[in-house]
Amino acid sequence: MSLLRQLFVLPILLLFLGACGSDNRNPSAVDRHVRPVDLVLTEDGRPIPSILALEQVLHRDNGEEPQTLDPHLAEGLPSAHILRDLFEGLTAESPEGRIIPGAAIRWNISRDGKTFTFYLRRDALWSNGDPVTAQDFVYGLRRSADPATASGYAQVLLPIQNAAEVLAGDLPTSELGVVAMDEFTLQIIMRDPTPYFLHLLSHSSTYPVHEANVLEQGHSFSRPGNLISNGAYILKDWTIRSSIELVKNEHYWNAENVILEKVFYYPFEDQSTALKRFRKGRLHWTASVPSNQFAWLKKHFPDELMISPWLGSYYFGFNLEREPFIENPGLRRALALAIDRDLLTEKVTQFGELPSYTLVPPGIRDYVLPVPDWAEWTQDERNAEARRLYAEAGYSEENPLRFEIRYTNGENNKKMALAASSLWKQVLGVQATLLNEEYKVFLQNRERKVLTQVFQAGWISDYADAYSFLNLFRTGYGRNDFGYSNNMYDSLLDEVAAERIPSRRRRLMFETERLLLTEMPFIPLYTYVTKRMVNPRLKGWQANVMDHHYSKDMFFLKAESELLEEITVTGQRNDANLIEETDSEVTGLEAETPTAGQDAATPAEQNETEIPGEAVESVIPGENVETTMPEEADDGTAKPPGEETETEEEIENVLDEVDTTSGGTV
Amino acid sequence: MIQNSGMARHALLRLVGLIPTLLMLITVAFFLMRVAPGGPFDTEKDLPEDIEANLNAKYHLDEPVLSQYFRYLGQVAVLDFGPSIQYKDWTVNELIGQGIPVSLTIGMAAMVLSFFLGTALGITAALRQNTRADYSLMGVAMLGISIPNFVIAPILILLLAVYAGWLPAGGWDWSIASMVLPVVTLALPVTAYIARLTRGSMIEVMHSNFIRSARAKGLPESVVIRRHALRPALLPVISFLGPATAGMISGSVVIERIFSIPGLGSYFVQGALNRDYTLVMGVVIFYGVLIIVLNFLVDLIYAWLNPKVRYDENR
Repeated sequence: MSLLRQLFVLPILLLFLGACGSDNRNPSAVDRHVRPVDLVLTEDGRPIPSILALEQVLHRDNGEEPQTLDPHLAEGLPSAHILRDLFEGLTAESPEGRIIPGAAIRWNISRDGKTFTFYLRRDALWSNGDPVTAQDFVYGLRRSADPATASGYAQVLLPIQNAAEVLAGDLPTSELGVVAMDEFTLQIIMRDPTPYFLHLLSHSSTYPVHEANVLEQGHSFSRPGNLISNGAYILKDWTIRSSIELVKNEHYWNAENVILEKVFYYPFEDQSTALKRFRKGRLHWTASVPSNQFAWLKKHFPDELMISPWLGSYYFGFNLEREPFIENPGLRRALALAIDRDLLTEKVTQFGELPSYTLVPPGIRDYVLPVPDWAEWTQDERNAEARRLYAEAGYSEENPLRFEIRYTNGENNKKMALAASSLWKQVLGVQATLLNEEYKVFLQNRERKVLTQVFQAGWISDYADAYSFLNLFRTGYGRNDFGYSNNMYDSLLDEVAAERIPSRRRRLMFETERLLLTEMPFIPLYTYVTKRMVNPRLKGWQANVMDHHYSKDMFFLKAESELLEEITVTGQRNDANLIEETDSEVTGLEAETPTAGQDAATPAEQNETEIPGEAVESVIPGENVETTMPEEADDGTAKPPGEETETEEEIENVLDEVDTTSGGTV
Repeated sequence: MIQNSGMARHALLRLVGLIPTLLMLITVAFFLMRVAPGGPFDTEKDLPEDIEANLNAKYHLDEPVLSQYFRYLGQVAVLDFGPSIQYKDWTVNELIGQGIPVSLTIGMAAMVLSFFLGTALGITAALRQNTRADYSLMGVAMLGISIPNFVIAPILILLLAVYAGWLPAGGWDWSIASMVLPVVTLALPVTAYIARLTRGSMIEVMHSNFIRSARAKGLPESVVIRRHALRPALLPVISFLGPATAGMISGSVVIERIFSIPGLGSYFVQGALNRDYTLVMGVVIFYGVLIIVLNFLVDLIYAWLNPKVRYDENR
């Protein structure tokens, strides 16, 4: 009997001891992540080999099981992350999120902005060794638009000529505005000038697929062993809801500079489980972090916790088809003013989310936000104005405004609704009630616009363009759950869609958003951030607003403890690269030289697509691509790959000149 | 012999009875899913009408509900549950096929563990009725039942995986190490429940007349317990086993989520939340069959243990 008692008391005691000891042992948990050696880069931005860890295997938490690895059926972030490693679109993104050449080494955009001509790399291969040709892209885009494919995300293709008709089944896929001019030249014809189209091209809906592979394997072509891809990695293994294993694709044109040998993706649905695994060192990258542990993480994992702004806005919407918010911009404004956003981001969201006063989040290159004047006021000033507007709308303490806030399950939604309602009550005396709904019910109610009054909403854009946000409020847009309808707003949006000149387009979008902000069909609250744990030895990635991170750019550094007597060869290495780089600058032709496929990139093979006067400088992965603008091109202004801002500005200059010389058509 | 044929007839009847039960289950589940607001393709993103039409056509959701229903029944008759709407690369058959071994392993391991541990503890407590051992055992059992597993699981992970480093903190690779924590967490409340159940019935049995007779015959206490008390005392436990095993095999969403295990449980819940009609239906049918079969097995064991419920009494 006494033995029995001991048997049972012991584990309980241990449990308590363990729980008490946990606080003291936290620092040692931090120590599990060994510190990396200093990062030393060569001239071309690559890490020097001596600092690289011996094992280059990344264990990456993907948050959820991907719905599919078929690039044309994929929606959602988990699929997108993996597909970026498996496939390569015409364009790709640099670690900091700029558009860089992908399968296309450069491209032209016609003067009217409607014809994109892409010149593909000649050394790009599929994972079975076949060359990646323009025909593969034609097939891919047609398959993506084919009604029989039933892509749920084919709207990405809508800017392409005839895409809408093909999707509706009114035209055959062969009518899609995509043409293979020759084996390595692809032309895409647009319906409207679509300046953000280059961004869309890094979306999986536009990826090429291997035609014979798809036809042969049919529905199961995206399985390990079947899938032929053209990206930096190939699919090795897929155990559903356990792990997905990718290994380096030796046929990738830049395989030489791909450092991570293997990448494992895990679907950890529970963020605290992922965190625990991360602390054990079994994960190097988490999809998110538990939302209530900011202070603890900040304290114990300052080198691991990575937070950066995301291209997404969180806001409340008004239903403008229902009382009390119809035709009542003053009242809507009062509610927007009365919310102390600094308080919300500090106390509720906690992870450094940015208080927001506009629809479009910051971080879109060159887009200036039309920040309203009240963003500069103190909260007391805002509250005073809110009270004035509230009284003006006919409400008072005796006759308070009453409405419902609808929200769905998910991170912080309830807390945000609660905080907003109590601020409204405090400042204005508003009686807001909270209503939680299951996700699909919530979406349906929002869409029907019969029951909703105020609802929680958010938008994270797939491409870095303000239009993606502004279009949410267009009359007749499928998810305009606000019921907002304004002719002037719609026509401004039409102008934006048809506008070719970037600076004018930006000004138009600025005006469009400013109009929206005077009408306040929504309440901006904050800008999302991405928050994750990253092993300090993992480098080569950078925070970017799109939260797109290619495994091919990443690498592991040695641990500090592994640092021996090395680091002497650095100088020589740099010299070698420098010479090659200047070489390519002189000839302007050997675009791909230092890295891969010396044979494929000979001038002879290149120059049939070469435009006189144009020089494409070295395209070394991980490095900024600089371009020289040609003075003239066959059908208008050439847009070689490179820093988007630069080229856009230059196009703009060219066109502005045209405008002034011809007397100005605006 | 006679008894065996009676049993066989009974078994056959039960198996035939399975079909209308399943049909009912399919019908109710099918229409309930369709009645639930929202559809599989609703998201916060705009879905242009043409694209939605393409999607609906692909999964035959553009047909009238009744014809969808009969189409589905036809599929089920040949055991084809169709493609999953959510996991587009897999059919429901494949998904369930991959989930079953995982759920079965964890469920059976947890069941065996809790059955033996639970009955052992229950008998121990019963034989030491109203002693301190009894009280502490039953106290711990009460804790085991009342502390939810989403509390126990993280504590166990923190202690045994993060601090001690003995076991993985979630994930599934078919290694024993990755099974220990989920099995233990799953088994704890059931063990506790079985222990209490066993203790109760054991105490009752030990006070019954036939035990007194056995003792009066001068049999040693161990023989009395083993040969006379054990069987009847286990009867309530056995009838509890059916639903408990089904519950464990069908997978616990909480356990699967916390330990990141690719079992069946979250297909059920995630499928329902995503309105993945085909996946939910497939899992429902699988559960239905599982529960019916397990209850049937329990009946057989029950009959073997308890002469009172045998189907043919004229021996």
